[in-house]
Amino acid sequence: MIAELGLAALWLAAALAALQLIAGALAQGSRGEALAGVVRPVAVVQGLVAALAFGCLVWCFSQTDLSVKLVAENSHSAKPMIYKIAGTWGNHEGSMLLWVTVMGIAGAFVALVERRLPEKTMLATLAGQAFVSLGFYGFLLIASNPFARLDPAPEEGNGLNPLLQDPGLAFHPPTLYLGYVGLSIAFSFAVGALVTRDVGPAFARAMRPWVLGAWIFLTLGITAGSYWAYYVLGWGGWWFWDPVENASLMPWLAATALLHSCGVLAARNALRAWTVMLGVVAFSMSMVGTFLVRSGILTSVHAFAVDPRRGTFILALLAINIGGALVLFALRAGTVAEGERFEPVSRESALVFNNVMLSAILAIVLIGTLYPLVTEAVGVRVSVGPPYFTPASAMFALPMLAVMMVGPLLRWRRDRIGRVSARVLAPAAVTVVAAVAFGVAGPAMGWLTLAGLALAPGLAVASAMPLVGRNLLRLPLPVWGMVVAHFGIAVSLFGMASDAAFSVQKLAAVRVGESVAVGPWRITLAGVAPVAGPNWTALAADLRAARGGDVVALGPQQRTFWAPVQTTAVSALATRWDGQLYTVLGEEVRPAEGVDTPPGQSRWQLRLWWKPWVPMIWAGGALIALGGVLALLGRLRADLKRRYVTARGAARREEAGR
Amino acid sequence: MKRWTLWLPLALFGGFCAVVVVGLVVPKSTDIPSKMIGQPLPGFNLPAAVGERPGLAAGNFTGGKPRLLNIFASWCIPCAAEAPVLDDLARQGVEIDGIAIRDHRADLETFLAQHGNPYARLGADDVSAVQLAIGSSGVPETFVIDGHGVIRYQHIGDIRPEEVPLMLGKLREAGE
Repeated sequence: MIAELGLAALWLAAALAALQLIAGALAQGSRGEALAGVVRPVAVVQGLVAALAFGCLVWCFSQTDLSVKLVAENSHSAKPMIYKIAGTWGNHEGSMLLWVTVMGIAGAFVALVERRLPEKTMLATLAGQAFVSLGFYGFLLIASNPFARLDPAPEEGNGLNPLLQDPGLAFHPPTLYLGYVGLSIAFSFAVGALVTRDVGPAFARAMRPWVLGAWIFLTLGITAGSYWAYYVLGWGGWWFWDPVENASLMPWLAATALLHSCGVLAARNALRAWTVMLGVVAFSMSMVGTFLVRSGILTSVHAFAVDPRRGTFILALLAINIGGALVLFALRAGTVAEGERFEPVSRESALVFNNVMLSAILAIVLIGTLYPLVTEAVGVRVSVGPPYFTPASAMFALPMLAVMMVGPLLRWRRDRIGRVSARVLAPAAVTVVAAVAFGVAGPAMGWLTLAGLALAPGLAVASAMPLVGRNLLRLPLPVWGMVVAHFGIAVSLFGMASDAAFSVQKLAAVRVGESVAVGPWRITLAGVAPVAGPNWTALAADLRAARGGDVVALGPQQRTFWAPVQTTAVSALATRWDGQLYTVLGEEVRPAEGVDTPPGQSRWQLRLWWKPWVPMIWAGGALIALGGVLALLGRLRADLKRRYVTARGAARREEAGR
Repeated sequence: MKRWTLWLPLALFGGFCAVVVVGLVVPKSTDIPSKMIGQPLPGFNLPAAVGERPGLAAGNFTGGKPRLLNIFASWCIPCAAEAPVLDDLARQGVEIDGIAIRDHRADLETFLAQHGNPYARLGADDVSAVQLAIGSSGVPETFVIDGHGVIRYQHIGDIRPEEVPLMLGKLREAGE
């Protein structure tokens, strides 16, 4: 019954989206003005109805209603409740429903609160939003109905991929989706602005909170995803340039560029066509990412998400949405008036440089991700890996980071290097000193790693320079946001470079009672014992790691899930202020045949890493997101204040008129 | 801004769509005849990639028995997918030598510990010199070399489980 209710709600939401699209489009002409009034209320109701449909699916999963096909395929009655609920979006249909629901709610929110732009632009924006949603509703209803029944209902469900049974993963996809949806709103704003040729500071200010919000979620999503890959896959790496990781990185790069160009448009009314273009590109990248992940067109460690038929459908959606937006861009961008001019040495120039470099990195990642596909079209299968991605993207990232030291200090429109040179000198000196210190005293490392280690402290100092000579109490919140986010980049960069420079790894086969050394740690295998969980059994090592007086017990496991049967290695980590100890229990080393080994004397493979400073990678990611949150709060506060002032002004005028 | 440049993004997007449509529609085929087939292996002598296995030279392939030469890397994801199949082949008595492309020793050791080490010899090709000389353009690729050091078959891409009989057949042909 609940499943049918959900399906009905989904159909209703789709119909409302269609109405929203038609009314919004007709309202652009003079004859459809009567319809203008319905667009905003319809958008609100559409969001609520979509949320109802999603709620129904969550209910089916929480009750493990096995007569619903999706539940039977992806859940199991023995799973802990949190994973039952997370299972709602841990599969294709549910994640698409989550996407369209969040999009509907975001659209409802825009319809309720956004009143800065001319009404026609807003209606075009909401129509664009409905158009995108309609595609997803169509996809759900035609090709992947989440509420389909199974008759007869099976006795038990098929479980969930044990790799996915992890708290990090329960919240990783929704975080990314929130990011994607934020970009879809930015996309709708860009389309609305193109339709009415109304690209200006007001458009940028209306779009900016959505871009900021999307960017925060994408940053968190990528950071969490990277940490998840780090400790769940048990390979000790934190970024693999895997197609799925690239798929989440590309929208982030585009959103970062968009965020900065939005700032230029809002403050200086420059970079008009470019900002609109980035709005389209950022959302395209999230759809391209989803397409690449879901279609299985590329081989990836995330192979659980694959289904070629759905890939075709997403591709069709992609072609219609993005192709349509790009046609609109080509037709309209020529008539969008040129923005304000600026001098080569100015805040704008630094931001343009940032945009160009980010776009270049985006192109590098996109080309590298698609290259195997291109060669496959001519019959050759290849894999493009870190030897391409790392240096190629660093080639553009390093100059960008260097400019980031100077850019925030420059004035809008026109400036002189001489004016800021005193504040640039300090970070530059720190960079040089760090380069010499790490180059001379550090272990042998590649030039790229050295550049990262040297730039990071310089960047950290530079990120605080915009605070010099300002009243810290009266500094606007968005400036604090920028400072924190740029500092986060420095922190993260240091962690990445440290991982490459200082990590030590040890592979050892040890008997119970023996110890091995890795970095400053001495690790003793005290025992191996079986343990059991709610739906798995495991062999757990009892490791005692000691460094000086610091002794810690670690229990990495070889875990076997029984529904479905699958073995994974569960790593155990000890985090210290100066790094992380990473332990993985491998296979039992079987003695050669014919050799008699007394029981308890067999050896166990241990993989051990000591990774100095590596947690800074994710701490930096969290700081970057925190910077975004500060900036967003600052913008929203300014916005509320302005609304209040306008309302007061209107009330006064009314009184005076009486 | 010139008018035509505004259409450029659309053109690029069209190119992207064309590529992925081809990727989705064209059935995946991995047999392409290589120019190197029937040629003797070019001369090379690679240092050992990991401590536990000797390095690899062209002379190692003239022992009279056909061998597989697997080109791989620890950073390549299809290679990880292929590893169990290679292990399976090794268990069936096939002699496999490996060349690790642009790899680091520590990464490689991790990879071998995780996915198994079916290789009798393992050379490190840090600049892809040998890879290019024997006509391989990517990883993974597997060559069938007969007992006189002549390349008899080139398999591009990972060996799928269903392709094991094919590889065994090629080895048998090379041994005749």
